[in-house]
Amino acid sequence: MLTLKCPYCGIDADETELHAGGEAHLTRYGPGSGDAEFEGYLFKRENPKGVHFERWRHASGCGKWFHAARCTVTLEVFGTYPAQVTEPPSELLDVIRAERPDFAWGHFS
Amino acid sequence: MSHRLPTGGRFIDRENELRFTFNGTHMRGFEGDTLASALLGKDQMMMGRSFKYHRPRGVVTSGSDEPNALMGVGRKKRFEPNARATVTTLFDRLEATSQNHWPSLKHDVGAINARLARFLPAGFYYKTFLWPRSFWKHIYEPVIRKSAGLGKPPKHRDADRYEHFYAHVDVLIIGAGIAGLTAALAAGASGADVLLVEQDAHWGGRAPVDGAEIDGLDAQTWVAQALKRLDAMPNVKKRVRTIGAGVYDHGYALLNERVSEHDPRDDAPRQRLWKVRARQIITATGAIERPLAFAGNDLPGVMLASAVRDFVVNYGVAPGKATAVVTNNDDGYRTALTLHEAGLSVPVILDARATADGPLAEAARAAGLRVLAGHAISKVVGKGRVEAVHVCAHSGTGDTTETIEVDCVAMSGGWSPVVHLWSHAGGKLRWSDRSVHFAPEPSRAPKGAKGEDFVVTAGAASGMMLTKEVLEDAHGAGLVAAGAVGKIGATEGPIAAQEDTQPIEPIWRMPDQAPYALRSKAFLDFQNDVKVTDVELAAREGFESVEHAKRYTTLGMATDQGKLSNINGLAVLSGALGKAIPDVGTTTFRPPFTPLTMGAIGGEAAGELFQPVRKTPLYDAHMERNPHMEPVGQWRRPYCYLGDHASAEDAVIHEINTTRRSVGVLDASTLGKLIVKGPDTGRFLDMLYTNMMSTLPVGKCRYGLMCSENGFLMDDGVVARIDEDTWLCHTTSGGADSIHAHMEEWLQTEWWDWKVWVANVTEQYGQIGVAGPKARAVLENLGGMDLSADALGFMQWKDGTLAGIPVRVFRISFSGELSFEIAVKAGQTRALWDAIFNAAGENAITPYGTEALHVMRAEKGFIMIGDETDGTVIPQDLGLHWAISKKKEDFIGKRAQERSHMTDKNRWKLVGLETLDASVLPEGAYAATEDVNANGQKVVEGRVTSTYFSPTLRRGIAMGLVLNGPDRMGEVLRFPDVTGDVFEAKIVSPVFHDPDGEAQNV
Repeated sequence: MLTLKCPYCGIDADETELHAGGEAHLTRYGPGSGDAEFEGYLFKRENPKGVHFERWRHASGCGKWFHAARCTVTLEVFGTYPAQVTEPPSELLDVIRAERPDFAWGHFS
Repeated sequence: MSHRLPTGGRFIDRENELRFTFNGTHMRGFEGDTLASALLGKDQMMMGRSFKYHRPRGVVTSGSDEPNALMGVGRKKRFEPNARATVTTLFDRLEATSQNHWPSLKHDVGAINARLARFLPAGFYYKTFLWPRSFWKHIYEPVIRKSAGLGKPPKHRDADRYEHFYAHVDVLIIGAGIAGLTAALAAGASGADVLLVEQDAHWGGRAPVDGAEIDGLDAQTWVAQALKRLDAMPNVKKRVRTIGAGVYDHGYALLNERVSEHDPRDDAPRQRLWKVRARQIITATGAIERPLAFAGNDLPGVMLASAVRDFVVNYGVAPGKATAVVTNNDDGYRTALTLHEAGLSVPVILDARATADGPLAEAARAAGLRVLAGHAISKVVGKGRVEAVHVCAHSGTGDTTETIEVDCVAMSGGWSPVVHLWSHAGGKLRWSDRSVHFAPEPSRAPKGAKGEDFVVTAGAASGMMLTKEVLEDAHGAGLVAAGAVGKIGATEGPIAAQEDTQPIEPIWRMPDQAPYALRSKAFLDFQNDVKVTDVELAAREGFESVEHAKRYTTLGMATDQGKLSNINGLAVLSGALGKAIPDVGTTTFRPPFTPLTMGAIGGEAAGELFQPVRKTPLYDAHMERNPHMEPVGQWRRPYCYLGDHASAEDAVIHEINTTRRSVGVLDASTLGKLIVKGPDTGRFLDMLYTNMMSTLPVGKCRYGLMCSENGFLMDDGVVARIDEDTWLCHTTSGGADSIHAHMEEWLQTEWWDWKVWVANVTEQYGQIGVAGPKARAVLENLGGMDLSADALGFMQWKDGTLAGIPVRVFRISFSGELSFEIAVKAGQTRALWDAIFNAAGENAITPYGTEALHVMRAEKGFIMIGDETDGTVIPQDLGLHWAISKKKEDFIGKRAQERSHMTDKNRWKLVGLETLDASVLPEGAYAATEDVNANGQKVVEGRVTSTYFSPTLRRGIAMGLVLNGPDRMGEVLRFPDVTGDVFEAKIVSPVFHDPDGEAQNV
C-alpha cells in the first residue's frame, strides 16, 4: 500500500486511489517500425531491483497520469512528476544519482 | 488435574458466574475468564485432536500463539471455527465445540493415525498416493480431506455486522505491555498523535505476572499509573482487544478490534478492521516462549512455563496439582516459584544446563524446591494426559534415572521476540548467540516513502529480555518515533534495577543424543503434527532450504504461522544440515499475524452493500413491469420483462416477435457516452478508431472499432459528429469508464500537445431505443420532429423535441429493424419512456430486455464485444475489414495487426453456425476434429461464441470462430458437449436475417 504524491493535486494519495500503468517513458513505435523495435516497445520492460520509473494515474482523484521514481526494493519514492515529459526532470535525476550513484535505467543513469 | 484455586486470579470476578457449554456439556466459569481458563478450571485438559495423527491435545499457551486449543464458537449464524480458546473471552451462554475428531473428542476413530505414525512421515502425501492415478480423485483425496483439517467453515450466513475504520496517526504503537506503555508515554509527552493498541483485554502485558519492579512500584501499580498519565494526554488514543494484524508499505497497518465478540449485541459491530496510515510504527509486541522438544511433549498437561503461571496468576487456575518444570534458561524458575507460592507442588525442576546457579535457581532452592541441573525429560507418559515424567541426564541417550508422578509439565525453551510485524514490511533480523533468538536488526528497518525507517521495535520485541533494558529500549523507541515526526521530547524513562541472570543455552531437543524412538515422539509443531524426525527426514531428502523444509513437512503452516514452531524447527533443521542457525534463516513472515475473519475483511461490503448498484433513469419503470433483472457490470438491467409470461424464454420470444412485427423499446441508457472536443479531435479519433473519423460529416454517424496497441479489438460503438470540433463517441455498456480512461491515457501520456478534451456524460443522459416497422409512426405520434427517411436518413442524427421533451435522435440499428435511439436528459427519460408507450398503445408495443437485444443482433450477425471477442481477437478475424481504414498511416493497433501471427492465413474467423437438426448449440462448445494431440485430447478447430434460439427463424442460430471458417462455407463441424453428445452444425454466413438490410432502410 504505497503512498505517492499526485503532482497535480499535491496530496499524498493512497495506492487504492491510484491505478498502476507500468513503465514510464516508453517510446511508441507504430507502422513502419521493425519487428525488434516494435517488440521492444510492446513487450520488453525494465524489471529493475532498485530505481524504477513508473506511470500511475490518480484514478479516484483528479484522473491525471503522472510518473513516479521509486526503489522497488526499499519502496523509497524519489519523486513524482507530471507525465507530459519524455524524460525525468534533471533535478530528480540528481537526487537519485546522489542516493544511488550506480543506478541505470533504460537510457538514464 | 487442572482446577480452580480457592483464591487469586487478577482478571476474574468470582462474584459473577457465567454459564457456557463445551461439546454440549454445561459448565460454569467466571467473568474475566478466557474459554481456556474456564475449561482448565473444570479439569477439561483435552481441548482438541491434532491435525494429522488425531492425538489428544490440550492448551499449550495462554495467548494468541495457541496452536492446539482451537474451537468452534457459537452456532449457526454466529459460528466461528478455529477460535483460539486462550484469547476467546468467556461470555454468558457461550457455546464451544472442539474440532477435528469423530465421533467424539474422547473416542476418535482417526486416532488410529497415531499408531500408523511411522507410515505417515513428512511428505507422505507426495510419496504414497501417486498410484493408481484415478485413486487420487475418488479415494485418497476425499478420505484425507475428511480426516485432516481444522475447523469446519460456517454453513450459515453471518448474522453479525463488521466495519472498516480508517485512521491517520503520527505514531502507532502495537502492544501495550510495559514496553508499549513506556513508548506511548515518551511519544505522547513529546506531542505526537499516538494510537496505542493492545491485543488482549488488559493493559500491561505479562510484567505483572513476571513480577517486575518499575520506578520502585510493583508492575501492576506502575501500569495503573502509566494509564492515568496516558489518559491525561489528549493526543494519545488507546484501544484494547485490538491486534496488529499486518504492517505494509509506507506505514500502512491493519488492526483488528474485537468490539463486541465477547459481549454479543446488536448495536455494535462484532469486529472492526482498522486501516491505519501511521508515519511511525512502534512494535512493542513482546516475545513468545518456545517449547522444548522431548518425547511426549504434546500430551495434554505439557504447557509453556509462562502459560502455567499466567493461568495461576491471571485466572486463579492451576493446570496441575504437581508440576515438573523443565528449562534451558532462568525463566522456568519463575513458574516454579509462582506455583510454589500458590501452594502447588513442584516436585522437580529439570535444568538442562550443566549448572544452575543464577539468582532465580538459588531462590528456588531457598524455597525448598528440588533443582536437577544437567537433567532433562526422557519422555512424558500418560494416557490422554500427563501422568509422569521420566527423568534422564540431558547428556546421553535418555536412560531413565527416575520416574516422577506429575500431572503437569511446564517447559521453557527461551523466548523469541515477536518479529512478525517488523518483518512484514521488509525489516531484517539478526541472530543473537547470547540471547539465542532472532531479533530485529535496527539498521535494516522497513523503509517509508521518503526512505526513512518507519518501524521501531520496543522492549522484548527488540530482543530485550530484562526489565531494565526493556524500559530503556522502549523509552528510546518512543522518543525516536516522535522525533521522526518532528516532535522532539526530552522526558526521562522509567527505571528498573539491574538483574543478574544465568545465560540461556541453545538446547532445542532433549536428551542431546535422543534415539529415534524418542525423537519421533518429540513434537516441534503441535498444530501440524511435525516431529523432530520429520524435519530431519526433510533434511536427509534434500529439502535444505528452510522454505522447502516448511512446505515438505508443513512446519509452521496454518494458523500457527510459525509462532511456536518456527525457531525450534529451523534449529533442528540447522542441526541436521550441520549449519549455523543464521545460515539456515527463517521462513518469510507474512501478514496477518493471527487469522482475520472473512467478516472483518469484508467489513460493510456484504449483501446489498457489497457493491454500489448503478440504476438507469428508467429503473423504476422497469420494476413496474415484473422484470427479470441481471447485473451488467455494476448496472442492473432487465434481461426480459416477465409480465404475465410463464417463463423468461416465453417473454424473450414475445419481445422479439413484437419488435420485428410492430415496435419494441429498449433502455439503452447504460451505453457509454463520451464527448470528445477540441481542434485536434479528428486527428485523435483517427488514431483511436480503426476507421476514419475525421472525415465524418456533421450530422452523421459512423460505426467504429477500437483496438488496443496489441491490435486486439477492445470496444465498438457508433460515433456521431456533433459540430466542427465535437464528436460523441458511444462505447459498450461495460466500456464507458475504461474507454474514457484509455482516451485520457493516450492524451496525457503520448499526445499531450494535442488539444482534445474528453467528458464522460454516460449518466447525464438516458437513451431509449425504439425499433421495429412501426417505430417511426410511434415517434411521429409524439409530435415535434419530422423523422421521415428524407429528413433523417440511416446513420444520421438530429436534435429536436418529442412530446415536448428536448431530444437527440440517432437513426442507428442494432436489431436490423427501422430503429431510432433517442438521447434525453436523465431527468426527462422516464417522461419520454411513458409518452412512447402511451403513443403506441400497450398491445402494439413491447419493452425488450438484454436477451432480446442479444438475439436480434445475432440474427443480424452483429458482433458483441465480450462474446465474439475475448482479448485475443482482431477485427480481421471478425470479417470487419470494411471498418479498418487502409488510408490511414497509423492508428492504435495497426502496427500490431501487421505482425506475422496476426496476418497468418490460418486464423480462427467468424462464421455463422446452423445445426443440422435446428437445435441450439451449447454455449462455448468447441468443434473437435478426429485428430488427437500429444496429451490424448481431441484437436479443436473452432468454438461457439454466441448461440441462441431465434424466434424469427424458429431454429437455433450461432456464431463462432472457426479455423479458416469463411473459406469453408457449407462444411459440417462436430461439437461434442460435456456429456459426449455431438451437435453437428453447418458453416454458414453469420447474417441469418435480412442480409440486404431491407428492414432497416425504410
